[in-house]
Amino acid sequence: MSASSREAIFAAIRANRPKVEAPLPVVPLFDANAPADLVAAFKKMAETMGGKILEHGEDSPIAALRTAVAGRGVIASAVKELPGDDAQGVRAITPDMLPTSLADVEVSVVRAAFGVAETGSVCLPDSRLIVNTAGFLAQHLIVLLDPTQIVANLHHAYRRPEWRQHAYAVFQTGPSATADIEGVLIHGAQGVRSLRVLFCPET
Amino acid sequence: MSAATPQTPAGKSPEGAPEHLTHAAGASVTMPPRGPEEQPRGPVIRPGRPVDQSEAAKRFMAAPQHLAMHDQRLWDLRQKRDRQMHGIEEWEELRQLASDIKMHTLTHLDQYLEKFERNALANGVKVHWAKDAGEHNAIVVDIMRARGAKRLIKSKSMLTEECGFREYAAEHGVEVIETDLGERIQQLDDEAPSHVVVPSVHKLRTDVAAVFARTLGTDPDNADAGYLAEQQRETTRPLILSADAGMTGCNFAVAETGSVVVCTNEGNADLSANTTGLHIVSMGIEKLIPKLENLAVFVRLLSRSALGSPITQYTSHFRGPRMGGEMHIVLVDNGRTDRLGMEQFWTSLKCIRCGACMNTCPVFRRSGGLSYGATYAGPIGLIIDPTFNRHKYSTLPFASTMNGSCTNVCPVKINIHEQIAGWRKVLSENHEIPAFKKNMMKAAGAILSSPRLYRASLPLADSALRHLPRFIIYNRMNTWTRGREMPHTPRETFHQWYKRERGKDGKKGKGSNPSAKTGGDAS
Repeated sequence: MSASSREAIFAAIRANRPKVEAPLPVVPLFDANAPADLVAAFKKMAETMGGKILEHGEDSPIAALRTAVAGRGVIASAVKELPGDDAQGVRAITPDMLPTSLADVEVSVVRAAFGVAETGSVCLPDSRLIVNTAGFLAQHLIVLLDPTQIVANLHHAYRRPEWRQHAYAVFQTGPSATADIEGVLIHGAQGVRSLRVLFCPET
Repeated sequence: MSAATPQTPAGKSPEGAPEHLTHAAGASVTMPPRGPEEQPRGPVIRPGRPVDQSEAAKRFMAAPQHLAMHDQRLWDLRQKRDRQMHGIEEWEELRQLASDIKMHTLTHLDQYLEKFERNALANGVKVHWAKDAGEHNAIVVDIMRARGAKRLIKSKSMLTEECGFREYAAEHGVEVIETDLGERIQQLDDEAPSHVVVPSVHKLRTDVAAVFARTLGTDPDNADAGYLAEQQRETTRPLILSADAGMTGCNFAVAETGSVVVCTNEGNADLSANTTGLHIVSMGIEKLIPKLENLAVFVRLLSRSALGSPITQYTSHFRGPRMGGEMHIVLVDNGRTDRLGMEQFWTSLKCIRCGACMNTCPVFRRSGGLSYGATYAGPIGLIIDPTFNRHKYSTLPFASTMNGSCTNVCPVKINIHEQIAGWRKVLSENHEIPAFKKNMMKAAGAILSSPRLYRASLPLADSALRHLPRFIIYNRMNTWTRGREMPHTPRETFHQWYKRERGKDGKKGKGSNPSAKTGGDAS
């Protein structure tokens, strides 16, 4: 069925395709007015989109991360800054884990490939999540982002190499959200209830 | 209806997100508490008969609380969209780019489909082709059967609605679980979605409380949106974790990488695709775009146009199966190649299903999406639905005021209102409109096409409106005066005034009206 349907569809397209001159336009980068301070612009948008910035103040980002997850129950980590530690309830995510095995996790910690100032989004590719469900089966998510890895807008974002390298990559922007009931905004529809971004240079 | 009157106004919830946030589909206005009130249902579909949209719309308008919430909610989305538009200097340039990219892709669709298929296969994806809805449904169920899969978790997809997939799957022993909150509400209520982006937007929270009480055993007296959303999360999660397969739709398919892109606010595409070992994508062949650099244009426009939010919470890119998993893409025609050959209507294939035309349409906001009795409601539905069934959807192109607002907000610049007019013409030529309406239009056509007849008829009509008894003007045949008063008629027409004041040569006559200061441009 499928092979003949394929031929039928192509034949129909070739017979019906409009004979109109329609060249493919070149898409500009639209960055003439890009903000000078990409970190500040990213922060503002991340918060507008329901995310939070995990501020570390005078502490190191890693100390702030340890404080943020202490006593929070099951923690799953895909970052080297927070290694697996049974005593602390930190589970290191490994590629052999079943996707559903992360369903009991309270907080997942992952590292973004980069961020987008225009929308406050972080790019989470499969290699960084290790197990893809780490990004949305946990109740809460903490994302480490190198402040030097922020692009101005989506035009720059789609010129990055990640989209050609990974089987799965997601722009996550704030937490999972719904407003399907009379427009009441709820965080934590089926994915994470909260998302915090921690600026932490990648070493 | 047993649900209690809601205490918290819509748009806000004690258990919801912080009050100042309006991202995603969140309301930016505080709406008064409403309900309970019985929910108006869609039209009765009679085999072989056209959908009676106006009958269903009348019932929607007779439910004042539903009407008020729906109108306010969708107008707020339209205003959120406007605020986003004003924040982006290059907005109009983006719309033109989006339109041009789609025009280019559609006129080279065979080449880009071949390229997409080649790249998807190279990425390890299995590609299937379906000529129609029946083939699509059979392919998906066959994939599941071959792997002994019984439960399918699904993110929202208008294409699967178009194909009647859920009903087919149920008949063939596949259990389908919708994971989007709005879509799940509609599934549990056994009702079609009423809007392409917000499927249950026509329901008051008290309606949702009643549906969940009946189907999930929740507290019928608790209509708090936070409570209801949490109940859905908790009851759906075990079904997700025990599913055998996952299905997503596709917002954009990128030919140069062979990837499909899905935009959701809840994260349910990611969940559906990644939780099991089997990911099936349903996509219409018109979803294609050539390159990643094109994708930026559409991602920037989609959520801003749909909800007035800069981007969906999740924009998910699937390029291949995850390690140890399988990924299938079913490419569906189902009438799209026919539409491609319709000279007047093929550009409707540019549509990215943002729903902006619905949110802005006064008819849609006041009649509810169910009233259209079709998968695609609102202005875009008026021009797509007749391509599926001219007779069944023959009344739909008349459910429009022709104000052109749909065309103005369309992010891919489809001339929606002109196509609505085009369909009216096609349907009348194909005898798909009632004889009365047709004769009226024929008479109007004869008068409007002759300047002399038109000028002669105007004073007569104006005079008639002034002098005829009310029951003759406001009768059942004149649908215009249902719910409207006729405007006051002028004492003389413009041409009568012009002739009197300026004479034949267009020059100002003696003793002319002193208020007419500027020269005569009669256009």
